Amino acid sequence: MGLPNVSEDLSSEMEVDAFRRLFPLRYFERHLAESIRPDGRPLGKARETSIFLGAVASANGSALVKIGSTTILTAIKMEVMTPSLESPDEGCLAIDFHMPPICSPIVRPGRPAEASPVVSKQLSDTISSSKMIDLKELSLVSGKAAWMAYLDIYCLDADGALFDAALLSAVASLSHLQIPVVAMNDDGKIVLVSEEDGQKREQEPVNKEKRKLTLRSIPFSLTCILHKNYILADPTAEEESIMETHVTVVLDTSGQLISLYKPGGPVLAYTSAIQDCAALTRQRVKELKSFLDKANSAMEVE
Amino acid sequence: METDRPDGRTPNQLRPLAYSCSILHRAHGSASWAQGETKVLAAVYGPKAGTKKNENPEKASIEVIWKPKTGQIGKMEKEYEMILKRTLESICIRTIYPNTTTSVIVQVVHDDGALLPCAINAACAALVDAGIPLKHLAVAICCSVTDSGCIILDPTKDEEERSLQVGSEPMENGIMTSVTQGAMSVNDYLHCLERGRAACASLSEFVRKNIGTKSTSEPSKAG
Repeated sequence: MGLPNVSEDLSSEMEVDAFRRLFPLRYFERHLAESIRPDGRPLGKARETSIFLGAVASANGSALVKIGSTTILTAIKMEVMTPSLESPDEGCLAIDFHMPPICSPIVRPGRPAEASPVVSKQLSDTISSSKMIDLKELSLVSGKAAWMAYLDIYCLDADGALFDAALLSAVASLSHLQIPVVAMNDDGKIVLVSEEDGQKREQEPVNKEKRKLTLRSIPFSLTCILHKNYILADPTAEEESIMETHVTVVLDTSGQLISLYKPGGPVLAYTSAIQDCAALTRQRVKELKSFLDKANSAMEVE
Repeated sequence: METDRPDGRTPNQLRPLAYSCSILHRAHGSASWAQGETKVLAAVYGPKAGTKKNENPEKASIEVIWKPKTGQIGKMEKEYEMILKRTLESICIRTIYPNTTTSVIVQVVHDDGALLPCAINAACAALVDAGIPLKHLAVAICCSVTDSGCIILDPTKDEEERSLQVGSEPMENGIMTSVTQGAMSVNDYLHCLERGRAACASLSEFVRKNIGTKSTSEPSKAG
């Protein structure tokens, strides 16, 4: 009696897997018709999100972000540099997004992935457009010394919606960032005051203590897939490869639209679809803001 | 709330358009598109045999190479290449020539604002000149929101502060490609879409007139 059941269950499971592999688009559309996705999510729901601050102890600020399986690690290094002539009162942010071969089967060692410079440019544009950071706050001595922040963002697991996770990781690490203490030495140059030298305090510090950056409106993003009449929020890598029209909406905490990014794709976006994407993103901004506040308050307790 | 523009245009006025095709002899299709001082030259080669890695051999693939006027290819050029590639893939009928690659080379001659829409228009005209089968034609426009909240079309380099580039189709007026810079409210974005659609309609008439003239006078070179 038990044997036919076992073989029957096994054969039906094999049929589902074969159907998924041979006809992926039809497999997904069968789920979409029931308003559900193959991983059990409703169409408008994002995956489980977690933020861990302070993952890299040697960096001035760091954050590890997971959205579903997508994992992004960001570390910030601060360096004193001479500001440019065009903006002598401002510091600088340099954002780099890396996709090492560990993150995806299609990334090969040596040559950088095609998506890396595109996400880097998107991140730089988004953070500068939102005016989240006042670059004048990074200035030390006008025309002579200013902070340069290097944000290195590494994708450890690329399972879709890379830009969303990368932006959240960059924002979280900037909220965790502690600007180190610097002092003017006898030659008039700015040098870092390490914590060992802190006891001596022969030199006068330029800024008195470690301090945090003031973040103004914080941008958050949500990527959606448009497919026929459906809108799927926060796609996985499989969904992204099967359905090709992606729309990324970035809103900040004051409700301003920072970016609406739709790079082609077979489905045309009409005004109603854009309004739906913006509504989903507004909801997501509230969620992510509470996650970030929770992570920061947990850091305060430690 | 009418703002004066430095070159005397009204907010809804485009810069003068200049379009010519079949200007390169070795290319299968070529087109030059200028809006004011911004000028882009596009060339199309192909379909050529073979596909690159990670491409689908059951479909024709499109490769876009963006050449800036000065300097090396950086992240901005890579982003423009990706946007153009996705846009052109969505208007081409890719099942007709499987396992082939079509190269589109975009050369920036001068950049005085609204560069990406100019490149999209030039690339579409070059594809038409090459005889590549297309589902529809895409036209692109750039809108800018000034500090006073006024929306202007086709900004110059000085006017480009918060810009939005919309590529849409004349047939259905849906949005194919959208790129924004700067911050604006969602309502401003939707207003930009409406202004962009109206401007794309007039652009589409311009393209239809010129390409219609070209197609009756000369046979396609790619045939």
